[in-house]
Amino acid sequence: MAEYQNLFTRVQVHTAGYPGVPLPKGSDERVGPIRHFPLAGKLGDAQIGPIYLGALGVWAIVCGAIAFLIIGLNMWAQVNWNPVLFVRNLFWLSLEVPRAEHGFMLIPPLGEGGWWVIAGFFLTASLGLWWLRIYRRAKELGMGMHIPWAFGAAIWLYLVLGFIRPLLMGSWSEAVPFGIFPHLDWTAAFSIRYGNLYYNPFHMLSIVFLYGSVLLFAMHGATILAVSRYGGEREIEQSLDRGTASERAALFWRWTMGFNGTMESVHRWAWWFAVLCPITGGIGILLTGTVVDNWFLWGVKHGIAPMYPGAYEILPDPALSVGVVK
Amino acid sequence: MSMLSFERKYRVRGGTLLGGDLFDFWVGPFYVGFFGVTTFFFAFLGTALILYGASLGPTWNVWQISIAPPDLSYGLGLAPLKEGGLWQVITVCALGAFGSWALREVEISRKLGIGLHVPAAFAVAISAYFTLVVLRPVLLGAWGHGFPYGILSHLDWVSNVGYQYLHFHYNPAHMIAVSLFFGTTLALSLHGGLVLSALNPGDGQAVKTAEHENTYFRDIIGYSIGTLGIHRVGLFIALSAGIWSAICIVLSGPFWTRSWPEWWSWWLNFPWWS
Repeated sequence: MAEYQNLFTRVQVHTAGYPGVPLPKGSDERVGPIRHFPLAGKLGDAQIGPIYLGALGVWAIVCGAIAFLIIGLNMWAQVNWNPVLFVRNLFWLSLEVPRAEHGFMLIPPLGEGGWWVIAGFFLTASLGLWWLRIYRRAKELGMGMHIPWAFGAAIWLYLVLGFIRPLLMGSWSEAVPFGIFPHLDWTAAFSIRYGNLYYNPFHMLSIVFLYGSVLLFAMHGATILAVSRYGGEREIEQSLDRGTASERAALFWRWTMGFNGTMESVHRWAWWFAVLCPITGGIGILLTGTVVDNWFLWGVKHGIAPMYPGAYEILPDPALSVGVVK
Repeated sequence: MSMLSFERKYRVRGGTLLGGDLFDFWVGPFYVGFFGVTTFFFAFLGTALILYGASLGPTWNVWQISIAPPDLSYGLGLAPLKEGGLWQVITVCALGAFGSWALREVEISRKLGIGLHVPAAFAVAISAYFTLVVLRPVLLGAWGHGFPYGILSHLDWVSNVGYQYLHFHYNPAHMIAVSLFFGTTLALSLHGGLVLSALNPGDGQAVKTAEHENTYFRDIIGYSIGTLGIHRVGLFIALSAGIWSAICIVLSGPFWTRSWPEWWSWWLNFPWWS
């Protein structure tokens, strides 16, 4: 196709770096050189830096690094400190959750889950400090709190998985281990233990919002690129003073599917879909094992489980036999 | 009534791919066009066949209705209507409707003088559906490998196909696709949040500018991709999620038949450390 699709920038303008909107008195100075990378400029902005360090940010990184080191060193110990085996087995290594017999003990013996609790504590502290950081940065710049609240939704899911549900179940052993494959093993085992998570209605909702978010970003990203020849990416300006970019974007969807948003409202659709994914997901996890023990049977009880024509002879269910030696 | 305040000046003739002026009109807010007619035809027929298929089944419970593909023994042939043939015709209708929808989006884009990015993106999604119901079944030699059309039954299909490979999470393309799905959701929350936080700054504050958007992200992580860049990246990771999903399922069966955890043996068995 001979027409330019605006996927990569062909002509880059070089100016002095932008040091950022001035911060109120009492703030730290921003740090770091302002550098320009034309390779980055092909896709987005070429400027890297400056960054605002701040006490909250520094302590968030420190806590995160401690958690990372605790996890990594425990993994390394798992291969007897052998660096070759560490690289080989990395995806399979883990920092396991406390053993079931320790219940919800504050800090179990280090080798039996204690390190997991400590790493979890530092990771949670890191996330909390980072949340405070992004909250304060928005306040200082006089902006709304939409990103902090979105991060809060993700932190909700994280806390449900690692703390709230284990607390309600009375045992740290219900929580998720650290490790690439180990956390995937947890997911599969969880679904098997609780009767097939696909039948959990909040799992269904969470997936709707997950797939819906991907659909929405493809739609919105494509739409803005399609009207970028009219300045569509200048979304603030277009929201306050509707231009032909917003009008054509709205009409494309109105003519296609009968209704449309506005330049501002599409970002509300986006925010809610993305945020509802971890919110409903967290609810689904929280209900599992506490309120519902087997999601398939819950599905059968509530009339959503399909009937399949019998492919095999229907035998009596051995689990239902009473008074018989099994 | 169905027109927005600024809409009239945009309702011009032209931009059509097929049919010229014959179908170049609107019904309410909907643009018709030649492909609007074909969409309507395929969608109507497909829906009617789904309802017919439901009537042949044991229930009208919307969660339990299921139209199953043919038995594997029918291979790549046409099956009797009541034994999977219905599924086959519905699939043809679906592809016809989706393809028509995409081409109608092309006509609408041309009429509005905008780029074709939306129908191009939709084409990626359609090809993922095509991979699931045509490409993979053909490679495996039977239409029966397609997924059933039913709300819970299609979830059972996902679960069962997953367990055929013992632990589907170990499929490396699946791992990439899942990461892209979660990453897209993260990016969407950030982009939606950033724009809204500039437009809705809270009590007593003035509406902010693109400079504030950039400064916020530079302050937090040292980099801001910018207003154009975020839409390029968002579109790219969203489409990549779909593409890797299609890859992960077409690998499973046609190109890999063992358990997915076993696939990682190539790494574990390198001679220098095995």
